[in-house]
Amino acid sequence: MDLLYNIFVDPFVQMAGTPDFFLQVLWEGFVTGTLYSLIALGFVLIFKASGVFNFAQGIMVVFAALSLVGFHALGVPAYLALFLALAVMAALAWTVERVILRKLVNQPEIILFMATIGLSYFLIGLGEFIFGGEPKPMITEELGLPTGSTVVDVAGGIVILQHIDIAAALIAAVLVLGLAIFFSKTRIGRALRAVADDHQAALSVGISLNQIWAIVWFAAGIVALATGIMWGARSDVSFALQIVALKALPVLILGGFTSVPGAIIGGLIIGFGEKIFEVYWGGLLGGGVEGWFAYVLALIFLLFRPQGLFGEKIIERV
Amino acid sequence: MNVATPQGEASLGARIVDDGIEPGAELLKVENVSLSFGGVKAIQDISFDVKKGEIRAIIGPNGAGKTSMLNVINGFYHPQEGTITFRGNVRTKMRPYMAASQGISRTFQNVALFTGMSTLDNIMAGRQLKMHKNFFWQMWRYGPAFNEEVEHRLEVEKIIDFLEIQSIRKTPVGQLPYGLQKRVELGRALAAEPSLLLLDEPMAGMNLEEKEDMSRFIIDVNQQFGTTIALIEHDMGVVMDLADRVVVLDYGKKIADGFPAEVQASQEVIDAYLGVPH
Repeated sequence: MDLLYNIFVDPFVQMAGTPDFFLQVLWEGFVTGTLYSLIALGFVLIFKASGVFNFAQGIMVVFAALSLVGFHALGVPAYLALFLALAVMAALAWTVERVILRKLVNQPEIILFMATIGLSYFLIGLGEFIFGGEPKPMITEELGLPTGSTVVDVAGGIVILQHIDIAAALIAAVLVLGLAIFFSKTRIGRALRAVADDHQAALSVGISLNQIWAIVWFAAGIVALATGIMWGARSDVSFALQIVALKALPVLILGGFTSVPGAIIGGLIIGFGEKIFEVYWGGLLGGGVEGWFAYVLALIFLLFRPQGLFGEKIIERV
Repeated sequence: MNVATPQGEASLGARIVDDGIEPGAELLKVENVSLSFGGVKAIQDISFDVKKGEIRAIIGPNGAGKTSMLNVINGFYHPQEGTITFRGNVRTKMRPYMAASQGISRTFQNVALFTGMSTLDNIMAGRQLKMHKNFFWQMWRYGPAFNEEVEHRLEVEKIIDFLEIQSIRKTPVGQLPYGLQKRVELGRALAAEPSLLLLDEPMAGMNLEEKEDMSRFIIDVNQQFGTTIALIEHDMGVVMDLADRVVVLDYGKKIADGFPAEVQASQEVIDAYLGVPH
């Protein structure tokens, strides 16, 4: 009886009893969720355009953030460093297309996937070689990102909103909206969707696969840089971030690999879910559920809705 | 069965694609082309030409190398030997998107549409090469890029009217029946205003009524726009009615070339179709 009470009644009594605390938990969940969404977005971009799960997206986040911090450490002003970091991501996109993708056109997807694993180890090595392995603080203030916090009185208590979190949510929203419009309304966006649907047909109407791939990888690079800055501001910029990036996997399973809105909603569900579960039910399991909650949720989704919430349902005729 | 003659200037319509080639002159010339995949010789020493303004059919039994031939012209395959001259330029290795930019459009044997996109977007994608406004404007979808979008949308609407597919404008093409998908695919190829249109079995798997519609569209495209067409088709009746000249392939070799009536009378062609031991 006690156990049932603890599972089904007590958490809700707590939520109702201290609504301000509950709101704080929701806010934390929302912020983590937007960050997961951002990471997942980088994966979705590349998956949509080439059907490849880009294993290197996590290290791209680290690499982008390290470039930014690295340029700044050399004495370059913060905004110029930001611009240079973008240039690094553009160069990376161009190189990846030239050296890897172009050689592997028409190869099975698993080969491309293996190539991205290779790329990620290469980038880890290169990153450690150039920037060193120790964690570095993100140059939050220099970039003009707010650092304070606001205390809001609600529901008979207070909720603390970190300004950096608000900024993160806003930047994520702008990026997502911008990408959504770009992909649905412009010529390059249309070309990109065309490439995702059918390589041969895309070639026949005069779309250059090489150009599209370079653009997509650059877009993923921009997303990686934004993610790197935001994650870096909350912890530090270190190679451990690429493990966090793997959280994108359950997000994608929830949202569907091909859907931009799916990445957002999936990220939010996991963000909210893991925070709430950790705080209100975590105690029953001895805590630490935040680490695995997302993966278990993804597993359940795989059983009942393998294409995700917004993914394309693939029906094979036999 | 009409015996077609090469089309003269008189039969060409008002909107002729301007590619610098006189009607009736050689638009495409394939010379001694050979293509093999490992040990398999798909095409052996084939030569033929396509004249500006005509409908040229490529026929032959299954596995004769017809689609390979189209893929060579289109730049998907690079032949080991031989040359291809298009609009007076001899070309060596060419990528498909470059072929597209020189004015070669095509459709596919198994419909290759962008299934997740609407009819409209599919045909708009066909105008890819006609749109030039740069990345910066497109990002904001404002100013020149917006005007450009509107201007091309107008052209696409003309194609939609021409193919009588107004009612499926916004339908994702994956949901359309096969016959209509083929029509949308033709629309996408037309959107590029090609000087050479390659059709790979445009009528495969269609019923009689759909075939008649498609034949009408092909003739209209040829006569109204003056588009030169090279098509692969299995339905003999259709080929003999539509084509001005026919080239026949069998086992990767050319076995006949000429007006439909000549080709039909050729003993080699009859053997190839009825099956005589090689």
